[in-house]
Amino acid sequence: MSLELPKIIFGRFTLDALPIHEPILVGTFVGVAIGGIALLTALTYFKCWTYLWKEWFTSVDHKRIGVMYMVLGLVMFLRGFSDAIMMRAQQSMAFGANQGFLPAHHYDQVFTAHGVIMIFFVAMPFVTGLMNFVVPLQIGARDVSFPFLNNFSFWMTTMGAVIVMMSLFVGEFARTGWLAMAPLSELDYSPDVGVDYYIWALQIAGVGTLLSGINLVCTIVKMRAPGMNLMKMPVFTWTALCTNVLIVAAFPILTAVLVLLSLDRYVGTHFFTNSGGGNYMLYTNMIWIWGHPEVYILILPAFGVFSEVTSTFSSKRLFGYTSMVYATLVITILSYLVWLHHFFTMGSGASVNSFFGITTMIISIPTGAKLFNWLFTMFRGRIRFELPMMWTVAFMLTFTIGGMTGVMLAVPPADFVLHNSLFLVAHFHNVIIGGVLFGMFAGINYWWPKAFGFKLDPFWGKVSFWLWVPGFWVAFTPLYVLGLMGVTRRLRHFDDPSLQIWFLIAAFGAAMIAAGIAAMLYQYYVSIRDRNTPRLRDFTGDPWGGRTLEWATSSPPPAYNFAFTPIIHDLDAYADMKERGYARPEAGFRPILMPKNTPAGLILAVLAAGFGVAMIWYVWWLAALCFVSLVGYAIFHTFTYDREFHIPESEVRETEAARTQQLLAAGA
Amino acid sequence: MANAPTMTDAQGLPVFLDMHEHDHEAGGSTMLGFWIYLMSDCLIFAMLFAAYGLFGTSYAGGPKASEIFELPLVAVNTSMLLLSSITYGFAMIAMQDRKKSAVLIWLAITGLFGAAFVGIELSEFAHLIGEGATPQRSAFLSSFFTLVSTHGLHVSFGIIWLITLMVQVGRYGLTAANQRRLMCLSLFWHFLDVIWIGVFTFVYLLGVLR
Amino acid sequence: MSAAHDHGHDGHPPVTRSGYLIGFGLSVVLTAIPFWLVMTGTLGSAAATGYTIMGFALVQVVVHAIFFLHLNPKAESGWQFMALIFTIVVVVITLIGSLWVMYHMNVNMMPGTADSASGM
Repeated sequence: MSLELPKIIFGRFTLDALPIHEPILVGTFVGVAIGGIALLTALTYFKCWTYLWKEWFTSVDHKRIGVMYMVLGLVMFLRGFSDAIMMRAQQSMAFGANQGFLPAHHYDQVFTAHGVIMIFFVAMPFVTGLMNFVVPLQIGARDVSFPFLNNFSFWMTTMGAVIVMMSLFVGEFARTGWLAMAPLSELDYSPDVGVDYYIWALQIAGVGTLLSGINLVCTIVKMRAPGMNLMKMPVFTWTALCTNVLIVAAFPILTAVLVLLSLDRYVGTHFFTNSGGGNYMLYTNMIWIWGHPEVYILILPAFGVFSEVTSTFSSKRLFGYTSMVYATLVITILSYLVWLHHFFTMGSGASVNSFFGITTMIISIPTGAKLFNWLFTMFRGRIRFELPMMWTVAFMLTFTIGGMTGVMLAVPPADFVLHNSLFLVAHFHNVIIGGVLFGMFAGINYWWPKAFGFKLDPFWGKVSFWLWVPGFWVAFTPLYVLGLMGVTRRLRHFDDPSLQIWFLIAAFGAAMIAAGIAAMLYQYYVSIRDRNTPRLRDFTGDPWGGRTLEWATSSPPPAYNFAFTPIIHDLDAYADMKERGYARPEAGFRPILMPKNTPAGLILAVLAAGFGVAMIWYVWWLAALCFVSLVGYAIFHTFTYDREFHIPESEVRETEAARTQQLLAAGA
Repeated sequence: MANAPTMTDAQGLPVFLDMHEHDHEAGGSTMLGFWIYLMSDCLIFAMLFAAYGLFGTSYAGGPKASEIFELPLVAVNTSMLLLSSITYGFAMIAMQDRKKSAVLIWLAITGLFGAAFVGIELSEFAHLIGEGATPQRSAFLSSFFTLVSTHGLHVSFGIIWLITLMVQVGRYGLTAANQRRLMCLSLFWHFLDVIWIGVFTFVYLLGVLR
Repeated sequence: MSAAHDHGHDGHPPVTRSGYLIGFGLSVVLTAIPFWLVMTGTLGSAAATGYTIMGFALVQVVVHAIFFLHLNPKAESGWQFMALIFTIVVVVITLIGSLWVMYHMNVNMMPGTADSASGM
């Protein structure tokens, strides 16, 4: 009985689960604890809690939620990048007798966490955050379709990230690679909590992603300003629509696969086991049915950013808008027809492999069309090489090469050589960093003034750019070379000393990227510090000569975005307004109906996270308690019918009068 | 576009703002949003059907489909679900006629049929497990239990939701918000019916044939 | 917001008692016949029975979609229907694709067990 009681209360959690014997983790923990306590003290000292709680955490404003997503992405990016640095350091030193500084047990967690964090908790929050912020503004809406759900989605994503971070200090993370392939992820081979952390972090974040996908699809479909028919929608909104359609149609598949894996682990079923008639290749098959659309979920909004940036900074209409839209749609459908190229070597045979090889090569055609559209937009344009445009050009060069190595991998016989090699690692970093991340950087530099009312400092932005882009090439070209020589991925130690030079070069590249990140953080700091200088401050709300609706309102936009809903006549709605003498009204305002803030989303997400953690540690009573509270609180929340309020006419009038003053000050 | 704002003014100049906008009603996107959610749910079921399709004969030496399925019981169960569908339909008609008490009565009947469905399913499961045909026995049984109980879980959540809605309709009446919720649950309930068509056809009937 | 105007009533036509009753009658028949075919084995061959009941299932899904889910290509400016079509396309791709891929893998990698697909 005395032995049983702790087990009932704490499940399989014991003090041994705290990694006090791993110096790296203890050091990290001390650092995080000191930093965390400092942050919390500062927040308390400066009395920020009420402000944060009222204006941000419980906010249903899509702009605030968008910014919070970006902050989440940035924080997790630092975590994911420190994993990357550890891997580069380990691989550059672990040759021959030197075992490096990471034991295998730890190294395997590092590469898994790196992949999981970078995709789910960096790229996804960045993409979702950007869409959340920009889309309602671009379509002339006051918020998204379901503002409360939007807040809930954000907190679910955050709780997923919290669970991953928790695994750093309590227990361990998965040692399976970022897709937790079966049967390695089955209980027989991964009996510890790592895979359970993986499962519940992704399930909880996945709910958030799915709901925000539904939300944005509805927003784009139902909330467009009058006159904005589908072919007058800005390209970024188009790509956001396609991305969210993909989210809605792909994330349930991930949910289903992870449910089946959890059943194998918790109930003892035989889906992906070696015995009992199970088939672990089904796991590979299913997770890539989600996994391939996922990469297009990430890249499509980046394509949207590049389209907006190219057209704005070339001061002309986007070349081939229609073909851009159709290319996006074709990519959306085709992304469901290529998943097997991730496992050509599984042995489905020539017929299956050639089908998927050909569909994969076809997908490069619409992508190529997009590239030519951007080039033709720049052709004879008045190009201004501001930071967003610089990132766009860097993207075009980098992504094209990444795309071409992708076509190489799409050839099944070549893939038999390159599968799971460092060539593959170089390829997907080439398209995800060169495509998604550069896109996000372009987007951040482009829309930052809209979000906060001041530009980012160009000097430190350029320092960061010139460290990042060459740094990327120095870091990943050696991996292409090593991959062609046959070095496989996820290795902790090498016997052949002749390879070491390549890993050293790659590590140097990673150091350049680290400097680039530091410069970027410093750029944010400098910009916030100097935000009131005329150099950075923007009162016009339109610092770049923008063409789409978001530039028609003030920076930062008021809670209601637009005092009057715009009417759209042209694809480049704001360019059209400026051209045809749009006069901003200064009277005649009306009260505006807006959604109320609510803490319900945060409470529900915390309960969900509690459920997840309890399941990870087999604390059944807590899991049951959290689950019942979750359902109970959700039902309770549905009894709140009064969810909206009017912003009074006086407040709208005051806000707009302040804007008038700003515009006068700016001399517009 | 019944109330579409004018695009040009009397002089033929373009109008850029809708100066006479009224509050748009809340929840205008709810039905579409819920439908999209159902479509995503559909994909979860698609994966479970795919697993069952692959493992339909992976008996691993355990019991075969034709040995354990009892079609008469499944037929009774199917009829419970079909009856609950038509009674939910009557609730919707009562809602349209603004008869609150009739709505509540039909919802209660629907809930009872739903509960009967879940009850029969649970007794079937108990019987199978008692015979040693557990989810752990073979991949076939794993995929069978997972698919059927996922559907059953949906029905159970539908019942909880239905009870919640009965309380809300009873307390606040057939307000616009409550009508919208009833319509969402209607979609959910009938959607589960459609999934069940797949289940009884592909799992039970084809299972017995194999 | 344009959408909010032209969908003041969600674009859904009113439901009727006769609609529900017709749907219910059809679905009872479409359920009963497959059960009867399988339980009595009237058609003789299992393959013929299998294809027939799959046909019935397909028809019944359509019946439910029309009479119970009130699907209508015009509701929500066609977006509801479009979402359905897209989902069907994705479901068909993933379901058939998975089975095709897994079948070929079994044939190639586990000769002898592939036709029963029984694993082990």
